Amino acid sequence: MNINFTLISQALAFSIFIWFTVKFVWPPLLRAIEERQKQIADGLAAGERGKKELELASQRSSEALKEAKQRATEIITQAEKRAAEIVEEAKDNARIEGERILTAAKAEIEHEIFGAKEALRQQIANLALAGATKILRREVNAKVHADLLASIQEELK
Amino acid sequence: MASDLELTPTSYINHHLTNLTVSLGEEPFWTLHVDTLLMSIILGMLGMGFLWLIVRRATPGVPTKRQAFVELLVEFIDTQVKNTFHGDRHKFVAPAALTIFVWVLLLNTMDLLPIDIMAWVYEHVFGLHNWRTVPTTDVNTTFALALSIWFLMIFFNVQVKGVGGWTYELFCTPFGKNPILWPLNLLFNMIEYVSKPLSHSLRLFGNIYAGEIIFLLLGMWAATGVTGSFFSVILGVGWLIFHILIVTLQAFIFMMLAVVYLSMAHESH
Repeated sequence: MNINFTLISQALAFSIFIWFTVKFVWPPLLRAIEERQKQIADGLAAGERGKKELELASQRSSEALKEAKQRATEIITQAEKRAAEIVEEAKDNARIEGERILTAAKAEIEHEIFGAKEALRQQIANLALAGATKILRREVNAKVHADLLASIQEELK
Repeated sequence: MASDLELTPTSYINHHLTNLTVSLGEEPFWTLHVDTLLMSIILGMLGMGFLWLIVRRATPGVPTKRQAFVELLVEFIDTQVKNTFHGDRHKFVAPAALTIFVWVLLLNTMDLLPIDIMAWVYEHVFGLHNWRTVPTTDVNTTFALALSIWFLMIFFNVQVKGVGGWTYELFCTPFGKNPILWPLNLLFNMIEYVSKPLSHSLRLFGNIYAGEIIFLLLGMWAATGVTGSFFSVILGVGWLIFHILIVTLQAFIFMMLAVVYLSMAHESH
């Protein structure tokens, strides 16, 4: 139990060891541990995020599927409608075209009839004139009675 | 044992409890226990060097087994400090606690080495007649540690609270700031400041020293004959196993007290 200079030297050694630990032992290990803690925390967060994203993605995919189905149904419905329309339109067109052709034919026929009538009238007039001329002979001068002939011709029309 | 003198119980015990001294001056104070100092420096360098070698290659990735061991130790100390000390422990207190624990544990562990075999090795391999293996059985070591903590305590008191704050605390706590109570407070604090390093150092010293004395007594018993040898072997093994606990526990208690004292220095009443 004798206190002597050993105490001071031991205290010195103690302080040097403490200084060494504070300076060289503690910080690197603490850094490593904290870094690892951060990595683990990041990893866990990333995992959580991944899980959430997966959930979201599956939700999105099912939504997309549903939408696609709906869209397909819509398209089919539209196509059917369009097809019906086209058929209807074609019918209409055909009907209109038929009517048009019919009208044109009628007009043609009328025109023909009119032409034929005209020609007949002309011929009748001519015949009548010819008949009259034969009956009257000489007495009818085409030049003198031109206005008479024209009015007869006019009446026959 | 390995002495040229006549072997008596007194000479046996004296031989084991005598330091290798070197005189540095006239006064008896200027003697140096070479064995105590050298053993503690070697052990300290071993302990801190081991930690440093592993720590300097510490990786945040998958740790090696050795790094995991050091991390376990460091986290254990860090947890203890965290529960007691509420400040930036990484700056000083926690590494200091690590130093104290590792160093004191290694110094105490020397107590588990068989004393007489070590004495023979020192005598015949190194030619040292007196050489004490366990530095913590030298009261100089424990006082050096406790007084260092004591000075740190005062240093942190002044650093954290300022000279005025510390003086206020000396005079006005724990009983109150009534001037009549000042002398009582001061007396109380003085007793506390004296008792802290005394109890701190003598607890460690007493436990380890007593442990060594028990080993010596058992060794003496073994020298009395076959019966003594038989019992001393059985009791020696028992004491050794129990001593593993004491050695660790005392190192831990010494560290915890140091942490508690340093925390108290940081906190105002």
